[in-house]
Amino acid sequence: MTGVLYPLKESPSQTAGPYVHIGLTPNFCGIEGVYETDLGTAMVSDKTKGERITLEGRVFDGGGNLVKDALVEIWQADADGIYHAKATPEFSGWGRAPADAETGLFRFDTVKPGRVPFPDSRLQAPHLNLWIVARGINLGLNTRIYFEDEAEANTADPVLARIEHRDRVATLIAKGGGGRYSHDIYLQGAQETIFFDI
Amino acid sequence: MTSNRAPIANFFPRDRSWHPKALTPDYKTSVLRSPSRPLVAFGNSLSETTGPAFGHDLLGPLDNDLVLNFAQAGMSAIGERIIVEGRVLDERGQPVSGVLVEFWQANAGGRYRHKKDGYLAPLDPNFGGCGRTISGEDGAYAFRTIRPGPYPWPNGPNDWRPAHIHFSVFGHGFAQRLITQMYFEGDPLIPRCPIVRTINDPRAIDQLTARLDMNASAPMDALAYRFDIVLRGSRSTLFENRMEGN
Repeated sequence: MTGVLYPLKESPSQTAGPYVHIGLTPNFCGIEGVYETDLGTAMVSDKTKGERITLEGRVFDGGGNLVKDALVEIWQADADGIYHAKATPEFSGWGRAPADAETGLFRFDTVKPGRVPFPDSRLQAPHLNLWIVARGINLGLNTRIYFEDEAEANTADPVLARIEHRDRVATLIAKGGGGRYSHDIYLQGAQETIFFDI
Repeated sequence: MTSNRAPIANFFPRDRSWHPKALTPDYKTSVLRSPSRPLVAFGNSLSETTGPAFGHDLLGPLDNDLVLNFAQAGMSAIGERIIVEGRVLDERGQPVSGVLVEFWQANAGGRYRHKKDGYLAPLDPNFGGCGRTISGEDGAYAFRTIRPGPYPWPNGPNDWRPAHIHFSVFGHGFAQRLITQMYFEGDPLIPRCPIVRTINDPRAIDQLTARLDMNASAPMDALAYRFDIVLRGSRSTLFENRMEGN
Protein backbone atom coordinates (compact mmCIF):
# COMPACT_ATOMS: atom_id res chain seq x y z
CA MET A 1 0.00 0.00 0.00
CA THR A 2 2.70 2.45 -0.92
CA GLY A 3 -0.05 4.67 -2.23
CA VAL A 4 -1.08 5.34 1.34
CA LEU A 5 2.36 5.78 2.83
CA TYR A 6 3.61 7.92 -0.02
CA PRO A 7 0.71 9.92 -1.33
CA LEU A 8 2.24 11.22 -4.54
CA LYS A 9 3.59 9.54 -7.63
CA GLU A 10 6.61 10.84 -9.49
CA SER A 11 5.55 12.94 -12.47
CA PRO A 12 5.70 10.62 -15.45
CA SER A 13 8.44 11.38 -17.93
CA GLN A 14 7.83 12.56 -21.48
CA THR A 15 10.43 12.70 -24.21
CA ALA A 16 12.69 15.76 -24.39
CA GLY A 17 11.63 15.95 -28.03
CA PRO A 18 13.53 17.33 -31.03
CA TYR A 19 13.79 20.87 -29.70
CA VAL A 20 15.35 20.19 -26.29
CA HIS A 21 18.12 22.62 -27.24
CA ILE A 22 15.70 25.55 -27.11
CA GLY A 23 15.23 24.93 -23.42
CA LEU A 24 18.59 23.63 -22.29
CA THR A 25 21.19 25.08 -24.67
CA PRO A 26 19.44 28.01 -26.36
CA ASN A 27 22.64 29.76 -27.44
CA PHE A 28 23.77 26.55 -29.15
CA CYS A 29 20.65 26.57 -31.33
CA GLY A 30 20.76 30.26 -32.16
CA ILE A 31 18.51 31.74 -29.47
CA GLU A 32 20.87 34.37 -28.19
CA GLY A 33 20.33 37.13 -25.69
CA VAL A 34 18.05 35.30 -23.28
CA TYR A 35 20.86 33.71 -21.24
CA GLU A 36 24.42 34.98 -21.27
CA THR A 37 25.81 31.49 -21.79
CA ASP A 38 24.47 27.97 -21.98
CA LEU A 39 24.56 26.24 -18.61
CA GLY A 40 27.05 23.46 -18.05
CA THR A 41 29.51 24.34 -20.80
CA ALA A 42 32.41 25.20 -18.48
CA MET A 43 33.45 22.67 -15.83
CA VAL A 44 37.08 23.62 -15.29
CA SER A 45 39.25 26.73 -15.13
CA ASP A 46 42.99 27.28 -14.91
CA LYS A 47 42.64 26.90 -11.13
CA THR A 48 41.14 23.42 -11.23
CA LYS A 49 43.00 20.71 -9.34
CA GLY A 50 43.51 17.36 -10.95
CA GLU A 51 44.29 15.67 -14.23
CA ARG A 52 42.63 17.45 -17.11
CA ILE A 53 40.71 15.18 -19.43
CA THR A 54 38.74 15.57 -22.60
CA LEU A 55 35.98 13.13 -23.30
CA GLU A 56 34.38 12.87 -26.72
CA GLY A 57 31.56 10.55 -27.60
CA ARG A 58 28.67 9.81 -29.88
CA VAL A 59 25.27 8.22 -29.42
CA PHE A 60 24.03 5.61 -31.91
CA ASP A 61 20.56 4.18 -32.38
CA GLY A 62 19.69 0.54 -33.02
CA GLY A 63 20.08 1.03 -36.76
CA GLY A 64 23.64 2.32 -36.45
CA ASN A 65 22.57 5.90 -37.09
CA LEU A 66 24.08 8.80 -35.18
CA VAL A 67 21.68 10.41 -32.72
CA LYS A 68 22.60 13.97 -33.63
CA ASP A 69 19.92 15.55 -31.47
CA ALA A 70 21.04 13.89 -28.22
CA LEU A 71 21.78 15.95 -25.14
CA VAL A 72 24.11 14.55 -22.50
CA GLU A 73 24.68 15.65 -18.92
CA ILE A 74 27.44 14.42 -16.64
CA TRP A 75 27.77 14.56 -12.88
CA GLN A 76 31.08 13.74 -11.28
CA ALA A 77 33.28 14.07 -8.23
CA ASP A 78 36.34 16.30 -8.17
CA ALA A 79 39.88 14.93 -8.38
CA ASP A 80 39.75 14.08 -4.66
CA GLY A 81 36.58 12.06 -5.02
CA ILE A 82 34.31 14.70 -3.46
CA TYR A 83 30.97 15.71 -4.93
CA HIS A 84 30.26 19.44 -4.74
CA ALA A 85 26.66 20.44 -5.33
CA LYS A 86 27.56 24.09 -5.86
CA ALA A 87 29.96 24.96 -8.60
CA THR A 88 32.93 27.13 -7.62
CA PRO A 89 35.24 29.19 -9.82
CA GLU A 90 37.59 26.20 -9.62
CA PHE A 91 35.28 23.40 -10.61
CA SER A 92 31.79 22.39 -11.57
CA GLY A 93 30.99 18.71 -11.20
CA TRP A 94 28.07 19.06 -13.55
CA GLY A 95 28.29 19.51 -17.30
CA ARG A 96 25.85 19.58 -20.16
CA ALA A 97 26.67 19.06 -23.84
CA PRO A 98 24.54 18.81 -26.95
CA ALA A 99 25.66 16.46 -29.70
CA ASP A 100 27.04 18.33 -32.69
CA ALA A 101 24.34 18.68 -35.33
CA GLU A 102 26.70 17.41 -38.06
CA THR A 103 29.14 15.00 -36.44
CA GLY A 104 27.00 13.86 -33.51
CA LEU A 105 29.99 14.36 -31.19
CA PHE A 106 29.48 15.53 -27.63
CA ARG A 107 32.48 16.73 -25.68
CA PHE A 108 33.36 17.46 -22.07
CA ASP A 109 36.50 19.17 -20.83
CA THR A 110 36.88 18.27 -17.19
CA VAL A 111 39.17 16.51 -14.70
CA LYS A 112 39.39 12.83 -14.01
CA PRO A 113 37.27 12.24 -10.90
CA GLY A 114 38.72 10.65 -7.80
CA ARG A 115 37.36 7.50 -6.19
CA VAL A 116 34.07 7.82 -4.33
CA PRO A 117 32.99 5.42 -1.59
CA PHE A 118 30.13 2.99 -2.12
CA PRO A 119 27.66 2.69 0.79
CA ASP A 120 29.59 -0.29 2.14
CA SER A 121 32.73 1.92 2.10
CA ARG A 122 34.46 0.08 -0.73
CA LEU A 123 35.88 2.57 -3.18
CA GLN A 124 34.30 2.94 -6.58
CA ALA A 125 36.58 3.38 -9.57
CA PRO A 126 36.76 6.85 -11.12
CA HIS A 127 33.62 7.38 -13.14
CA LEU A 128 31.31 9.93 -14.70
CA ASN A 129 27.54 9.63 -14.26
CA LEU A 130 25.66 10.25 -17.49
CA TRP A 131 22.09 11.17 -18.28
CA ILE A 132 21.01 11.08 -21.91
CA VAL A 133 17.87 12.53 -23.43
CA ALA A 134 16.68 12.94 -27.02
CA ARG A 135 13.66 12.68 -29.24
CA GLY A 136 12.42 9.08 -29.06
CA ILE A 137 13.83 8.50 -25.57
CA ASN A 138 10.76 8.38 -23.33
CA LEU A 139 12.62 8.46 -20.02
CA GLY A 140 16.16 9.83 -19.63
CA LEU A 141 18.79 7.09 -19.71
CA ASN A 142 21.35 6.72 -16.92
CA THR A 143 24.72 5.18 -17.55
CA ARG A 144 28.31 5.62 -16.36
CA ILE A 145 31.67 6.08 -17.97
CA TYR A 146 34.77 4.46 -16.47
CA PHE A 147 38.30 4.78 -17.83
CA GLU A 148 40.35 2.19 -19.68
CA ASP A 149 43.57 3.22 -17.95
CA GLU A 150 42.12 2.57 -14.47
CA ALA A 151 42.06 -1.20 -14.88
CA GLU A 152 42.98 -1.97 -11.30
CA ALA A 153 40.31 0.31 -9.82
CA ASN A 154 37.77 -0.95 -12.33
CA THR A 155 38.37 -4.52 -11.22
CA ALA A 156 37.54 -3.52 -7.65
CA ASP A 157 34.52 -1.37 -8.52
CA PRO A 158 31.34 -2.57 -6.76
CA VAL A 159 29.00 -1.47 -9.56
CA LEU A 160 31.01 -3.08 -12.34
CA ALA A 161 31.29 -6.20 -10.19
CA ARG A 162 27.52 -6.47 -10.14
CA ILE A 163 27.20 -6.83 -13.89
CA GLU A 164 26.23 -10.37 -14.66
CA HIS A 165 27.06 -10.42 -18.35
CA ARG A 166 30.78 -9.72 -18.19
CA ASP A 167 31.12 -9.11 -21.92
CA ARG A 168 28.96 -6.00 -21.48
CA VAL A 169 31.26 -4.30 -18.95
CA ALA A 170 33.31 -2.89 -21.83
CA THR A 171 30.30 -0.81 -22.89
CA LEU A 172 30.93 1.37 -19.82
CA ILE A 173 34.65 1.95 -20.30
CA ALA A 174 36.02 4.90 -22.26
CA LYS A 175 38.99 4.18 -24.46
CA GLY A 176 42.13 6.25 -24.41
CA GLY A 177 44.63 7.70 -22.00
CA GLY A 178 46.90 10.64 -21.53
CA GLY A 179 43.91 12.84 -20.84
CA ARG A 180 42.00 12.06 -24.03
CA TYR A 181 39.15 9.59 -24.02
CA SER A 182 36.45 8.56 -26.44
CA HIS A 183 33.27 6.72 -25.68
CA ASP A 184 30.37 5.81 -27.93
CA ILE A 185 26.96 4.94 -26.54
CA TYR A 186 24.70 2.42 -28.26
CA LEU A 187 21.05 2.74 -27.39
CA GLN A 188 20.18 -0.67 -28.79
CA GLY A 189 21.61 -3.67 -30.60
CA ALA A 190 24.53 -6.06 -30.25
CA GLN A 191 26.76 -3.43 -28.63
CA GLU A 192 24.00 -1.96 -26.47
CA THR A 193 25.43 0.13 -23.65
CA ILE A 194 24.53 -0.82 -20.10
CA PHE A 195 21.91 1.51 -18.70
CA PHE A 196 21.12 1.62 -15.01
CA ASP A 197 17.96 1.69 -12.98
CA ILE A 198 19.23 4.01 -10.27
CA MET B 1 25.13 21.51 0.61
CA THR B 2 25.22 17.94 -0.42
CA SER B 3 28.68 16.49 -0.30
CA ASN B 4 30.38 13.25 0.53
CA ARG B 5 29.78 13.92 4.18
CA ALA B 6 26.06 14.44 4.05
CA PRO B 7 24.38 12.05 1.69
CA ILE B 8 20.65 11.78 1.68
CA ALA B 9 19.27 8.29 1.79
CA ASN B 10 18.30 6.14 -1.16
CA PHE B 11 15.56 7.29 -3.47
CA PHE B 12 12.43 5.24 -3.84
CA PRO B 13 12.83 3.04 -6.89
CA ARG B 14 11.26 4.48 -10.00
CA ASP B 15 7.86 3.03 -10.79
CA ARG B 16 8.59 2.14 -14.38
CA SER B 17 5.00 1.11 -15.05
CA TRP B 18 3.95 4.70 -14.30
CA HIS B 19 6.53 6.13 -16.69
CA PRO B 20 6.38 5.36 -20.40
CA LYS B 21 8.16 2.21 -21.50
CA ALA B 22 11.26 2.74 -23.62
CA LEU B 23 9.74 0.96 -26.62
CA THR B 24 6.41 2.52 -27.65
CA PRO B 25 5.95 1.69 -31.35
CA ASP B 26 3.10 4.15 -31.93
CA TYR B 27 5.69 6.84 -31.22
CA LYS B 28 7.87 5.72 -34.06
CA THR B 29 11.14 7.36 -33.10
CA SER B 30 11.26 5.25 -29.96
CA VAL B 31 11.63 2.06 -31.97
CA LEU B 32 15.35 2.40 -32.71
CA ARG B 33 16.15 4.56 -29.69
CA SER B 34 14.91 2.21 -26.96
CA PRO B 35 17.30 -0.06 -25.08
CA SER B 36 16.15 -3.67 -25.30
CA ARG B 37 18.37 -5.20 -22.61
CA PRO B 38 17.21 -5.05 -19.01
CA LEU B 39 18.41 -2.09 -16.96
CA VAL B 40 21.00 -2.95 -14.33
CA ALA B 41 19.90 -1.96 -10.84
CA PHE B 42 22.04 -1.21 -7.80
CA GLY B 43 21.42 0.67 -4.58
CA ASN B 44 22.16 4.37 -4.64
CA SER B 45 25.66 5.58 -3.89
CA LEU B 46 26.84 9.16 -3.52
CA SER B 47 26.98 9.30 -7.30
CA GLU B 48 23.20 9.09 -7.42
CA THR B 49 22.14 10.84 -4.21
CA THR B 50 24.18 13.98 -4.80
CA GLY B 51 23.56 16.41 -7.62
CA PRO B 52 24.20 19.92 -8.82
CA ALA B 53 22.63 22.94 -7.13
CA PHE B 54 22.14 26.32 -8.75
CA GLY B 55 22.00 29.69 -7.01
CA HIS B 56 19.62 32.54 -7.63
CA ASP B 57 22.55 34.56 -8.94
CA LEU B 58 22.18 32.49 -12.09
CA LEU B 59 18.85 34.05 -12.90
CA GLY B 60 18.27 37.20 -14.93
CA PRO B 61 15.22 39.36 -14.21
CA LEU B 62 13.31 38.13 -17.27
CA ASP B 63 14.32 34.48 -17.15
CA ASN B 64 10.85 33.51 -15.95
CA ASP B 65 9.00 35.78 -18.37
CA LEU B 66 8.79 34.34 -21.88
CA VAL B 67 6.45 37.15 -22.90
CA LEU B 68 9.34 39.60 -22.62
CA ASN B 69 12.66 37.74 -22.47
CA PHE B 70 13.18 37.63 -26.24
CA ALA B 71 11.10 40.66 -27.16
CA GLN B 72 12.42 43.91 -28.55
CA ALA B 73 12.09 46.93 -26.29
CA GLY B 74 8.47 47.92 -25.91
CA MET B 75 7.23 44.75 -27.62
CA SER B 76 5.89 41.46 -26.31
CA ALA B 77 5.13 37.98 -27.58
CA ILE B 78 1.87 37.35 -29.43
CA GLY B 79 -0.64 34.98 -27.87
CA GLU B 80 -2.84 34.23 -24.93
CA ARG B 81 -0.92 35.49 -21.91
CA ILE B 82 -0.73 32.90 -19.13
CA ILE B 83 0.96 32.33 -15.80
CA VAL B 84 2.12 28.80 -15.05
CA GLU B 85 2.56 28.15 -11.36
CA GLY B 86 2.87 25.22 -9.02
CA ARG B 87 5.17 23.47 -6.63
CA VAL B 88 8.01 21.01 -6.92
CA LEU B 89 7.29 18.24 -4.44
CA ASP B 90 8.66 14.80 -3.71
CA GLU B 91 6.69 11.58 -3.44
CA ARG B 92 6.20 12.17 0.28
CA GLY B 93 4.55 15.48 -0.54
CA GLN B 94 7.48 17.46 0.84
CA PRO B 95 8.51 20.63 -1.01
CA VAL B 96 11.69 20.38 -3.05
CA SER B 97 13.26 23.79 -2.62
CA GLY B 98 16.03 25.52 -4.50
CA VAL B 99 15.97 23.40 -7.63
CA LEU B 100 16.39 24.64 -11.18
CA VAL B 101 13.32 24.34 -13.38
CA GLU B 102 13.78 25.00 -17.12
CA PHE B 103 10.98 25.19 -19.67
CA TRP B 104 10.62 25.54 -23.42
CA GLN B 105 7.77 25.65 -25.88
CA ALA B 106 6.42 26.54 -29.31
CA ASN B 107 4.94 29.97 -29.99
CA ALA B 108 1.22 30.73 -30.11
CA GLY B 109 1.03 29.38 -33.67
CA GLY B 110 2.67 26.09 -32.75
CA ARG B 111 6.08 26.91 -34.25
CA TYR B 112 9.42 26.44 -32.50
CA ARG B 113 12.33 28.80 -32.96
CA HIS B 114 14.53 25.98 -34.28
CA LYS B 115 16.04 25.45 -37.69
CA LYS B 116 14.59 21.95 -37.83
CA ASP B 117 11.02 23.14 -37.39
CA GLY B 118 9.57 23.86 -40.82
CA TYR B 119 5.90 24.17 -39.83
CA LEU B 120 3.85 26.66 -41.88
CA ALA B 121 3.03 28.82 -38.88
CA PRO B 122 5.27 31.89 -38.67
CA LEU B 123 7.90 32.66 -36.10
CA ASP B 124 7.03 35.43 -33.68
CA PRO B 125 9.94 37.90 -33.75
CA ASN B 126 9.30 38.65 -30.09
CA PHE B 127 9.20 35.09 -28.80
CA GLY B 128 12.24 32.87 -28.12
CA GLY B 129 10.56 30.03 -26.26
CA CYS B 130 12.81 29.31 -23.27
CA GLY B 131 12.77 30.25 -19.61
CA ARG B 132 13.92 29.09 -16.19
CA THR B 133 13.44 29.65 -12.49
CA ILE B 134 14.43 28.16 -9.13
CA SER B 135 11.87 26.74 -6.71
CA GLY B 136 11.30 28.61 -3.45
CA GLU B 137 11.49 27.38 0.12
CA ASP B 138 8.00 25.96 -0.20
CA GLY B 139 8.83 24.38 -3.56
CA ALA B 140 6.83 27.02 -5.42
CA TYR B 141 7.74 28.20 -8.90
CA ALA B 142 5.99 30.43 -11.44
CA PHE B 143 6.58 31.95 -14.83
CA ARG B 144 4.73 34.00 -17.39
CA THR B 145 4.41 32.98 -21.01
CA ILE B 146 1.93 32.68 -23.85
CA ARG B 147 -0.12 29.57 -24.38
CA PRO B 148 1.66 27.51 -27.05
CA GLY B 149 -0.26 26.36 -30.10
CA PRO B 150 -0.81 22.74 -31.10
CA TYR B 151 1.01 21.55 -34.20
CA PRO B 152 1.21 18.62 -36.62
CA TRP B 153 4.27 16.37 -36.55
CA PRO B 154 5.63 13.61 -38.75
CA ASN B 155 4.68 10.32 -37.14
CA GLY B 156 1.36 8.94 -38.33
CA PRO B 157 -0.30 10.53 -41.36
CA ASN B 158 -2.13 13.14 -39.28
CA ASP B 159 -0.70 13.32 -35.78
CA TRP B 160 -0.92 16.54 -33.79
CA ARG B 161 0.73 17.49 -30.55
CA PRO B 162 -1.62 18.99 -27.99
CA ALA B 163 -0.53 22.37 -26.67
CA HIS B 164 2.29 21.64 -24.26
CA ILE B 165 5.24 23.09 -22.37
CA HIS B 166 8.41 21.05 -21.85
CA PHE B 167 9.90 20.96 -18.34
CA SER B 168 13.38 19.97 -17.20
CA VAL B 169 13.73 19.63 -13.43
CA PHE B 170 16.70 19.02 -11.16
CA GLY B 171 16.30 17.53 -7.72
CA HIS B 172 18.81 17.29 -4.91
CA GLY B 173 20.22 14.06 -6.33
CA PHE B 174 21.19 13.30 -9.91
CA ALA B 175 18.88 10.27 -9.80
CA GLN B 176 15.90 12.63 -9.54
CA ARG B 177 16.68 14.29 -12.87
CA LEU B 178 13.50 14.49 -14.92
CA ILE B 179 12.16 15.84 -18.19
CA THR B 180 8.44 15.92 -18.83
CA GLN B 181 5.69 17.90 -20.55
CA MET B 182 2.72 19.87 -19.26
CA TYR B 183 -0.63 19.76 -21.05
CA PHE B 184 -3.68 22.00 -20.72
CA GLU B 185 -6.97 20.95 -19.16
CA GLY B 186 -9.68 20.35 -21.73
CA ASP B 187 -7.45 19.97 -24.80
CA PRO B 188 -9.13 17.38 -27.08
CA LEU B 189 -5.76 16.50 -28.64
CA ILE B 190 -4.39 15.05 -25.38
CA PRO B 191 -5.95 11.58 -25.68
CA ARG B 192 -5.12 11.43 -29.41
CA CYS B 193 -1.39 12.09 -29.12
CA PRO B 194 1.01 9.14 -29.56
CA ILE B 195 3.56 10.77 -27.25
CA VAL B 196 0.99 11.30 -24.50
CA ARG B 197 -0.11 7.72 -25.07
CA THR B 198 3.34 6.36 -24.32
CA ILE B 199 1.96 6.69 -20.76
CA ASN B 200 -0.39 3.81 -19.96
CA ASP B 201 -2.22 4.96 -16.87
CA PRO B 202 -4.85 7.69 -17.39
CA ARG B 203 -4.10 8.97 -13.88
CA ALA B 204 -0.50 9.54 -14.89
CA ILE B 205 -1.63 11.53 -17.93
CA ASP B 206 -3.92 13.49 -15.66
CA GLN B 207 -0.90 14.30 -13.50
CA LEU B 208 0.64 16.10 -16.48
CA THR B 209 -2.51 18.09 -17.22
CA ALA B 210 -2.46 21.61 -15.78
CA ARG B 211 -5.66 23.05 -14.34
CA LEU B 212 -7.03 26.52 -14.93
CA ASP B 213 -6.53 28.42 -11.68
CA MET B 214 -8.61 31.58 -11.66
CA ASN B 215 -7.36 32.56 -8.21
CA ALA B 216 -3.79 32.79 -9.49
CA SER B 217 -4.73 34.68 -12.63
CA ALA B 218 -3.87 38.35 -13.09
CA PRO B 219 -7.11 40.21 -13.89
CA MET B 220 -7.00 42.09 -17.19
CA ASP B 221 -3.59 40.51 -17.87
CA ALA B 222 -3.14 36.72 -17.78
CA LEU B 223 -4.94 33.48 -16.97
CA ALA B 224 -3.13 31.00 -14.74
CA TYR B 225 -2.56 27.27 -14.95
CA ARG B 226 -1.49 25.18 -12.00
CA PHE B 227 1.05 22.42 -12.53
CA ASP B 228 2.72 20.60 -9.65
CA ILE B 229 5.81 18.54 -10.40
CA VAL B 230 6.64 15.49 -8.31
CA LEU B 231 10.18 14.15 -8.03
CA ARG B 232 11.30 10.88 -6.52
CA GLY B 233 11.19 10.81 -2.75
CA SER B 234 13.84 9.29 -0.53
CA ARG B 235 13.59 6.65 2.13
CA SER B 236 14.93 8.95 4.76
CA THR B 237 15.63 12.60 5.18
CA LEU B 238 18.93 13.77 6.51
CA PHE B 239 18.39 16.05 9.43
CA GLU B 240 20.94 18.73 9.99
CA ASN B 241 24.06 17.51 11.78
CA ARG B 242 23.04 13.89 11.50
CA MET B 243 25.44 11.84 9.53
CA GLU B 244 23.00 9.15 8.51
CA GLY B 245 19.37 9.16 7.78
CA ASN B 246 17.17 7.67 10.03
